[in-house]
Amino acid sequence: MRQKFDTIEKEARKAWEELQESGVPQVLVGAATCGNATGGQDVIKAVYKKLKEKNGKAVVKQVGCIGLCYAEVLVDIIKPGMPRICYSEMTPEKAEELIESYLFNDDPRPDMALGHFGEEGPEGIPKISELPVFKSQQRVILKNCGHVDPESIEEYIVNDGYKGLLKCLEQKPEDIVDEVTSSRLRGRGGAGFPAGRKWSSCLKAQADEKYVICNADEGDPGAFMDRSVLEGDPHSVIEGMTIAGYAIGASKGYLYVRAEYPLAIARLRKAIAQAKEKNLLGEDILGSGFNFDLEIFQGAGAFVCGESTALVMSIEGNRGMPKPLPRPRTTEAGLWGRPTLLNNVKTFSVVPQILNKGADWFASIGTEGSPGTAVFALTGKINRSGLIEVPMGIELEKIIREIGGDILDDKEFKAVQTGGPSGGCLPLDKLDLPVDFDSLLEAGSMMGSGGMVVMDKDTCMVDVARYFLDFTFEESCGQCAPCRLGTAQMLSILDDICEGRGREGDIELLLELGDSIIKGTICGLGNTAPNPVLSTIEYFRDEYEAHIRDKSCPALVCKSLIVYTINEEKCNGCGRCRKSCPVEAIIGEKKEPHKIDQSKCTKCGICYQECPDRFGAVERKTGQENLSVVN
Amino acid sequence: MVKLNINGIEVQAKEGVTVFEAAEQVGIYIPTLCHHPDLSTFGACRVCMVEANGRLVTACRAPVEDGMVVKTDTEDVNKVRLYNVELTLAYHNQDCQTCSRNGNCKLQEVARFVGVTPESMEGIRRSRVEQFIDDSNPFFHRDNTKCILCGICIRTCEEINGVSAIDFAYRGYKTAVSTVGDKPIKESRCESCGECLERCPTGALYRSKPAVPEREVESVCTYCGVGCGIYLGVRGEKVVSVRGNEENPANRGDLCVKGRFGFDFVNHPDRLKTPLMKKNGNWQEVSWEEALSFVADKINGLRKEHGSQVLGGVSSARCTNEENYLFQKLFRSMGTNNVDHCARL
Repeated sequence: MRQKFDTIEKEARKAWEELQESGVPQVLVGAATCGNATGGQDVIKAVYKKLKEKNGKAVVKQVGCIGLCYAEVLVDIIKPGMPRICYSEMTPEKAEELIESYLFNDDPRPDMALGHFGEEGPEGIPKISELPVFKSQQRVILKNCGHVDPESIEEYIVNDGYKGLLKCLEQKPEDIVDEVTSSRLRGRGGAGFPAGRKWSSCLKAQADEKYVICNADEGDPGAFMDRSVLEGDPHSVIEGMTIAGYAIGASKGYLYVRAEYPLAIARLRKAIAQAKEKNLLGEDILGSGFNFDLEIFQGAGAFVCGESTALVMSIEGNRGMPKPLPRPRTTEAGLWGRPTLLNNVKTFSVVPQILNKGADWFASIGTEGSPGTAVFALTGKINRSGLIEVPMGIELEKIIREIGGDILDDKEFKAVQTGGPSGGCLPLDKLDLPVDFDSLLEAGSMMGSGGMVVMDKDTCMVDVARYFLDFTFEESCGQCAPCRLGTAQMLSILDDICEGRGREGDIELLLELGDSIIKGTICGLGNTAPNPVLSTIEYFRDEYEAHIRDKSCPALVCKSLIVYTINEEKCNGCGRCRKSCPVEAIIGEKKEPHKIDQSKCTKCGICYQECPDRFGAVERKTGQENLSVVN
Repeated sequence: MVKLNINGIEVQAKEGVTVFEAAEQVGIYIPTLCHHPDLSTFGACRVCMVEANGRLVTACRAPVEDGMVVKTDTEDVNKVRLYNVELTLAYHNQDCQTCSRNGNCKLQEVARFVGVTPESMEGIRRSRVEQFIDDSNPFFHRDNTKCILCGICIRTCEEINGVSAIDFAYRGYKTAVSTVGDKPIKESRCESCGECLERCPTGALYRSKPAVPEREVESVCTYCGVGCGIYLGVRGEKVVSVRGNEENPANRGDLCVKGRFGFDFVNHPDRLKTPLMKKNGNWQEVSWEEALSFVADKINGLRKEHGSQVLGGVSSARCTNEENYLFQKLFRSMGTNNVDHCARL
């Protein structure tokens, strides 16, 4: 086995070393879905164009995402004898300019550079690992993303790829399960169930066939951690699943990927074919006698199919509905009634490293109860949005202020939402909370699969709760009454509150309904659906009360509760608001104070934005008093 | 046998039975909307929740365990099922008075039991999906605003009749029972057996010609040799309904489209009620005695003149098994084996 692997590794290393020694510069372009969406492919074209024009040579690679969404498109250049330098916010024009300056005129362009990798770099370019955005990050799951060519198995192998599998094949399945157990790895899908316990239960189960399923049905709005791993480092997931197959005694695995991830699917397909070709997947892997095959199953876009039993139903060709309790565990009777090991993308992708570097290495990262790292899709009203990976236990504040670069436009922080539609909103005084599975749950939110939305003071918390609840309302499978109708009912009440029809007793009713949905529902979707409402009531009850009692939206968001007026004393009659009003609701002669005809006003807010700051005549008000004056 | 305690009552139940069945055994009522004894369990209405060993479970799915302590009337149980029923009512058609199931409705029964009152419903927002009545089928219609998505019709179609003409479609609040491609029932593979109609807990599925009989007469269906046991519902001098006899071993209450809905001919004026004989070129009503004597004489005449082998009998598929048996017996006793049956043709 080892001999076979050594040959494969040698070949890969040879190709790699030849490239390094060839003196040909490398241009790495971030071309995951995020990079492509901001024009990654155009940048690649521009790079090629420039190279052709100058008759120059360079290896251009499409790599995954290093997580700096705010700075896309990212282009990294490795010139022989120089460290790798990362350039941000590239456009085709800037890329051409950069290639010309750096590759052909030896000017590393510090003005365009974000930072350099390694210890030493050209003057004027900071060390990338010391940038605030990276300083507190620790790349474990994402270690290859943005660094290796996801379409090259050789690059993965050179970066310690498939070494974990080799080590695994040399041991007994029980030892592998023990290793995972002692690493104390917890499932990265959201609930944080101990992976070792799952693996061990699957190993013990007796059956003629067992299955390994990778849950890549990432569906939280704004979450893209799994996509980035699949697009940037598909081999890590394949290797992790193969190890899992060996450990539990399965010969077949399914990658359940949502069909909306075409690039991830294409890269996985390619990676599977490459691994098979190198005998790292398929029959008699590395001569060990162990067979393991992988199949991609495309999900049809139902959020609920991320729930394990619904996912299994979906692969079996049924309607994706969770199976009610009591039922056998998936590890005992899952797909086709056989023992099935189902883990998230990130869980599988970290397994090869655990085997390669040892359980103690993994357990030493993060906290006692939640070892390892957490990957978040950090977004919302912050300066640096992106994909981040931090050791568990890091404070929320550090993520938001340091990595995220604090709130946009220097506004005040209001809340942070973690865990997507299943999670909750945490206020300012919870920012010292360490980020791990248990602390977040205790505070009324959850780790979830890794969405993190930061909100500033201009965010209405009732509206936020309504947004997330609307998502679960739409995505409920419709099977059980508490989830199907309970979310509908809570949503109707929130609609009423946001539109000024809130009644006394609504808050209590929401709390009661939430509690009864959690207790009465079938699956994890319903069980967590009320969280955004319950957590905002817990921490921002005054906002709910303002909406209900004073018909006031303190953040001035809820349209029905705000009114736009023109302060006649301040209005200069410049006419900008009148001209920009899309419904001609503003009347007034030039140089005379203007007025808003409330019967026509749609509260779009354009006049408010258009009114020059020096006048500030358009006013946005809320509350019963103001509403009734106008009406 | 498993010993458990339900509301302080010691119950002995067979291993594998559910808490619901064990409670039923000792006469404890547990409300439910989606459970039906003929069908597999679904566990989705969440109305049968009870506390078993301190945890909330659905009684219809939870198997009994030795030493299990079940409580059916705790604060949590009452709260969860009250909200579940109230929510179901909040989105339900409220026109109970004109509903065919008024007074005989499972939702009404359960709502009363869990304690729904105008006060308890206060604050709950009512809403309704857009009404769509599928009246494509001549025997029964479907009103989506009365459907509570218990799935009983779907399981009946799959498990009782093996047709699977309907299933859940769409998602969340828009979830609905639908045929393939959401076509009208008549254009689906539905065989109109009406088994779903019989099990629907509300008025979502209802007969297109509803009639409440004033009395019922036990009978056997005349359509085929199975001989399903039925109760003919009679009003005045007319048969107005048919329902399956659950005690009958041949069908255990099940019926097909003909047996359940095809009884109009009974009341038809053209239906033969006495034998007819052609006399002088005209059909005339005669007594059974006269008709049978005439046939017997002809048979005897033929036998004497040509022997028994010229005789042959063709029986009807609309006779019962027992009648067909007697028929062949009769012909064999007349000395011929020439017996056949229309179903073989």
